Amino acid sequence: MILTQEQQEILNGSKGDTMAKVMKTLVMYGEAFGAEKLVPITGKYNHLVTSFGLGVIEPVYELMDKLIEAGAVSGQRFSVDPRPLDKNVPKNFLQNIIFKFFMYNKQDFYEEQLKKLGLMDSDAFTCACYLDQVGNKPEKGEVLSWAESSAVVYANSVLGARCNRNSGIMDIMGSIAGFVPYFGLLTDDGRKASWVVKIETTKKPEAQLLGSAIGMKVMEDVPYIVGLDKWLGTELDEQACTYLKDFGAATASNGAVGLYHVENLTPEAVEQGKKLILDGAREYVIDDAELERVKNDYPVIWKDPNAKPKLCFMGCPHMTLQQLKDWTDKVEAGLKKAGNAKVVIPTVFTAAPAVLKEFEKTPYAPRLKATGVITSYICPLMYMNNPLCAKMPVITSSNKLRTYTTARYYTDDEILLQITKGGK
Amino acid sequence: MRQFQGRIVTPGNAKAEAVVTHAGFNTLASLQKSLQFGDKTAKVNDQNNPELYGKPIAGKALCLPQTIGSTTGGMVLYCACAMKRQPACMLFANHIDSLAAAGAILADVWLEDISMPVIDCLGEEFLSYVKDGMTVTVGDHGVVTVE
Repeated sequence: MILTQEQQEILNGSKGDTMAKVMKTLVMYGEAFGAEKLVPITGKYNHLVTSFGLGVIEPVYELMDKLIEAGAVSGQRFSVDPRPLDKNVPKNFLQNIIFKFFMYNKQDFYEEQLKKLGLMDSDAFTCACYLDQVGNKPEKGEVLSWAESSAVVYANSVLGARCNRNSGIMDIMGSIAGFVPYFGLLTDDGRKASWVVKIETTKKPEAQLLGSAIGMKVMEDVPYIVGLDKWLGTELDEQACTYLKDFGAATASNGAVGLYHVENLTPEAVEQGKKLILDGAREYVIDDAELERVKNDYPVIWKDPNAKPKLCFMGCPHMTLQQLKDWTDKVEAGLKKAGNAKVVIPTVFTAAPAVLKEFEKTPYAPRLKATGVITSYICPLMYMNNPLCAKMPVITSSNKLRTYTTARYYTDDEILLQITKGGK
Repeated sequence: MRQFQGRIVTPGNAKAEAVVTHAGFNTLASLQKSLQFGDKTAKVNDQNNPELYGKPIAGKALCLPQTIGSTTGGMVLYCACAMKRQPACMLFANHIDSLAAAGAILADVWLEDISMPVIDCLGEEFLSYVKDGMTVTVGDHGVVTVE
């Protein structure tokens, strides 16, 4: 790798041992991928994935302390993934004790560290940092050092920014140095598609199911998706962006997709069309039967597969303002049809703190509250990652939550039926 | 016995029993629970990976195509190394992915007295040949011996 004089001097220790290690980390990271240079980060804000003060990841906090003590703090301010705890979310006495005193006993400590490192503000805890209400929305072509798989794939695919699938900790290394290695999704070649995915379904495919199917098939490759514009249209309007948010999160968590192109819709596909497809690209055809096969292959790891669900989580990744409004209408209509006044399964809708604040200003908020649905800024994944929750029969329409926890996946329509009418 | 030539991502030597997955290794889904709740053997908890589910990987030679899933993956791997619950070595058939590379490199640069040699680009034949329980040796210059 060829470094500039400034970068080489930092690597040699001109700014101290800690900054030299930051630079060494980035150089080794780049060399693993054949990067020939480090390029400046041009996005205004960073986004970090590590938001939780989990006692067991003490090594991370020790490393953060080293950075803070050496003054090696981020030149950029940043948003960060959602908080793991919220008093609004139902939990029993034992769960409360485990969460507060054993699992997330470092939460306050870690949030203090984040402030010192450059946290945007005390509300900047969400995986959907790119939403307008949150304000961390990069421009097309901007170079980022983000982590959080669902945010990275959205920034690359829908916004046209340039970011590799950086890991937690590596995200802040780039931001501290102000540079990232130039490889992969930062380069024009790295953004070409090695898969053509043809959508041949008879109805609009469920976003989280389609993303899961594609993620599991293409893994970390870039897919060029044909036929989805039939269902999403050719404008990146609110509805299309929301669909792509949920779709992308599933591609990234069920596989390792960092960028996808949707023909006639996403910015690079609109500009370059089929020129984005590499010679020899493989083909994957998705029809109704394929989606059904994928869904039926999901393992159910509940102790009792026929158990009555005890909790429902929606909003992984965090819901948009419009989703909260749409689901208010849907839940009300579902309850009316079922003849129930309130949801029959404790249900939590999660969204960014800034989105929830906006939602509270609308007439939808009291209506949703009246249905019994709870809103929260929590990360459902962090909530569920403990033995007590693992034994709970939890349902979700998030394929990301299904992948990382014992939560069971249902489509949006199935979820609506379960929470308004009941059933197994 | 067969030898495979790979590329060194992080240096070191190791000799350990193979644990093999032909599907992507989801680092967060696999390791978070065992790290969180004191399982020193680091049993894999990823429900989507039946080849590895329930198998311990601490001190083993983890043979895999690549890692997948959440971008906390590298951080989780870094923590496994800091807690000395990491595989003895990680051997990738494919080119290493950005998350595994981050975890291995962060451990190599920021942790002392930790060794987890990582070799990638060993080829699909490596994953076809190596089986659970075989002995794997990481020698010098990226040479991996399976017997």
